[in-house]
Amino acid sequence: MISWPNFLSQLFNGLAQGALLALISSGLTIIYGTLGVLNLAHGAMFMLGGYAGYVAYEASGSFVVAVIAGTLFLGIVGVVMERVIIRHFYSRPPEDQLLVTFGLGICFVEVVRFFFSSLTKTVPPPRLLTGITSLGIMVYPTYRLALVGIVALALLALFIVLYRTRLGMIVRAGIEDSLMVDSLGIDVYRVFMVVFGIGAMAAGFAGIVNAPVVSLTPDVGEAILVQTFVVVVIGGVGSFTGAVLGGLIAGEIISLTSMVNPGYAYVMLFAAMTLVLVVRPHGLLGTRGRE
Amino acid sequence: MLGQRRFLIETLTAIGLIAVPFVLPYLGSAPNTVNRILVWGLFGIGFDILFGYTGLLSFGQSALYGTGGFVAAYLLTRAGFPHVILALIIGMIAAAIVGCLVGLIALRRTGIYFAMITVAIAEVFYFVEFNPLSAWTGGENGLPGVPTPSFYLGFTTIHFTSGWSLYPFLALCYFIGIVLALRIVRSPVGAIFSAIRENPLRAAALGHNIHAYKLTAFVVAAAYAGFAGGLLGVLQAFMPPEAFTFDTSGQLVIQTAIGGRGTLFGPLLGAAVWLFLQDFLQATLGLGAAWKLVLGLVFVLLICFLRNGIIGGFKDLYRYLRSTRGTPADLQESASLPGLGADDEPTAAAAEGARNPAARPINPRHHAGTDATVPVLQATGLTKHYGGVIANADIDFTVNQGELRGIIGPNGAGKSTFFKMLTCEVPPTSGKIVFEGRDITGMNVVDVCQLGLTKSYQVNQLFNRLTVRENVTIAALAERRGKFRLDMLRSPSKISGLREQVERTLELVNLTARRDTPVSQLAYGEKRRLEVGLALAASPTLLLLDEPLAGMSPGERAETVKLLKSISQGRTMIIIDHDMDALFELAERITVLQEGRVLVEGKPDEIKRNPQVQEAYLGGMHEVQVTQ
Repeated sequence: MISWPNFLSQLFNGLAQGALLALISSGLTIIYGTLGVLNLAHGAMFMLGGYAGYVAYEASGSFVVAVIAGTLFLGIVGVVMERVIIRHFYSRPPEDQLLVTFGLGICFVEVVRFFFSSLTKTVPPPRLLTGITSLGIMVYPTYRLALVGIVALALLALFIVLYRTRLGMIVRAGIEDSLMVDSLGIDVYRVFMVVFGIGAMAAGFAGIVNAPVVSLTPDVGEAILVQTFVVVVIGGVGSFTGAVLGGLIAGEIISLTSMVNPGYAYVMLFAAMTLVLVVRPHGLLGTRGRE
Repeated sequence: MLGQRRFLIETLTAIGLIAVPFVLPYLGSAPNTVNRILVWGLFGIGFDILFGYTGLLSFGQSALYGTGGFVAAYLLTRAGFPHVILALIIGMIAAAIVGCLVGLIALRRTGIYFAMITVAIAEVFYFVEFNPLSAWTGGENGLPGVPTPSFYLGFTTIHFTSGWSLYPFLALCYFIGIVLALRIVRSPVGAIFSAIRENPLRAAALGHNIHAYKLTAFVVAAAYAGFAGGLLGVLQAFMPPEAFTFDTSGQLVIQTAIGGRGTLFGPLLGAAVWLFLQDFLQATLGLGAAWKLVLGLVFVLLICFLRNGIIGGFKDLYRYLRSTRGTPADLQESASLPGLGADDEPTAAAAEGARNPAARPINPRHHAGTDATVPVLQATGLTKHYGGVIANADIDFTVNQGELRGIIGPNGAGKSTFFKMLTCEVPPTSGKIVFEGRDITGMNVVDVCQLGLTKSYQVNQLFNRLTVRENVTIAALAERRGKFRLDMLRSPSKISGLREQVERTLELVNLTARRDTPVSQLAYGEKRRLEVGLALAASPTLLLLDEPLAGMSPGERAETVKLLKSISQGRTMIIIDHDMDALFELAERITVLQEGRVLVEGKPDEIKRNPQVQEAYLGGMHEVQVTQ
């Protein structure tokens, strides 16, 4: 029987997972929107962020340090990856871009497996946020509650960067028409590098703040990658607000279906994606012609 | 080159497959590894048709592999069905049906979206296998006890068991698979698959229903996947649930990319590299789990530096060696070739742009009941708005049978938009288009081309990696076969009149000598002529040409004008161009567009003298001079 507290806590789980998906997906979607590259290594980057945070936590014992280190490390990984490999693929067909990012994702996963083995690693939540909090009719783990706020702050930061800064203006213009931005005398390739770095940082940040909730394994990114695809298809490619909306929808679908029968979570998620594809082929907030 | 002799590849494959059990044991390879390579290779043939030939990269083939495998395994184990081969075929059909449904959803979008959707769908299948359907599929335990096939021959029974004993059965399956695949890629359908990979927009504009062909490729790939999935169960005597994982799809993609996409044999080679390297790195070098890291790095390097995989690399090397060693002979050959097309012209002039005066124009298709007095095309009140921008406003336009109409106008006058509306590439905001008495407003570009209205593009839209002859063939196929036909096992040489139509078109646009050159190696002027040739090979009753002279040198222009004159005989044509001298020479009537409207229409002489036209082109000059 489904009780109210149970339902509410699942609703909260969905919110937390949805916010997380929104953050990862917005990284994926701004990279795709600006560079035209679908980063199949994005799930692996999420996983890398978790492991980088784990290493930093083991060394410093501080969760805050872990979050900062994990995020910065992924920023560096993103920039290096763009400079060394991805930029050679802008002029190549999209299939090649998919193949190379797919290959890089495998390398990331296997490198981590090589150094950390397949055994699970855990990062405890910061001391301030351990335990449970009573929310009137139900109790809920404090860190999960805080996670919604932390991810919301990160999304807000991303929003400010995208919509309130000069760089964000260029990025959004680049999503609409990167050729036009180029002809306005802006070095789009530098923008591409920064965008890839930001997208990677979003994935890395999500990876480390999520680490106290789930155990870390090298394969943790794979499932997330598939979910972010669904989010992007639902929300519309290249749309930040679409990614946020799609993330929340996907999170709630997974969470609420799991309450009834976990086996059908993906089926429902897929059904939602199909429905969107049939009714609005370009996603809820996507526009035509961004393919 | 390989493939020119009939059945050469088939024969070589058969010899290779027969030789394997006599050779490989001495090289220390286990029969089980060889058998697994064959199953991956067969799985990959279908995937290569989908990815290498049609250009659709799916990361969800595991769904179909698993479906075929589990249907066959379920029949053979739980349902007690006795016929192995029949069970495999039923599994294949089940996978094809599922593939058709999956394709209908995934193919709603193209490119990157397609890849994402296939990943998501495959993940759903994985979860469905594990949970809702676990009563049938055994969930995470899979289905053990899949039997191996045996044949009763009347006097004796051949029983395939495992190892080298199973090999002949798998080799036979692979051989049949490769023979069928070779026929498919050489058929008209195969040619259209490549056209879709190279330029889907043009393939559709030439009258091919590309959506239906993409779905066909998807279903073919699904059928191969389903059969291979069934074989996996037979091979292991157990149907593993891992068949459904993302890893399966990923491994297939990697193997195909390593071996070489678009080669059919690439996946087999890739699987061999993958499985032998795995054995070598794990067992011989003792790398343990790190083998996958090494393979991942190899894969990334290969994508970066050898984009067509190992087979593609060898092909390039072969071509390179041939071109460096054979330079003098090749030069001679290419210098003498153009003479073929022009017997009575000096060779120097023939080398660029001259054409055989005897070349007969291709007859446009004739429709029963076409009345010469009825206009071929009649547009009324044609209007197109892009947001607030008015590209075309209230255009009334009529072209009669056999007419050659010119359209001129300054840049931004809306000429190309007008053409796009006529060919139904973009729908008009308002207005009506009637072609040969039929209202075509709101139809799609495929159907309109099938009715006999097509255009050549302002910017070349060719199939770049195909040869000139293949390009023209693809255009001619649409007219010969209609917008969709499943003649997957037919050779194009069996289509009556196709060869002649292609040859005549090549002759007409003077590309006969270049027929086997890939388009990417043509000079600009040649590409431009091919662009016209593509539209021409579709044998339209009404041919639209969007700036056929754009970017040409004066010499090329003169030649092209001659070409246009010769093809205009017995055909209705509308030409847009900025070269007024050429248009005044060619066209019987000229329509002048300005700011999206018809400014004036009349005979060339009238247009030349028209003060409004002079104003439109030279307008503002007086004012500029005054202010200076």
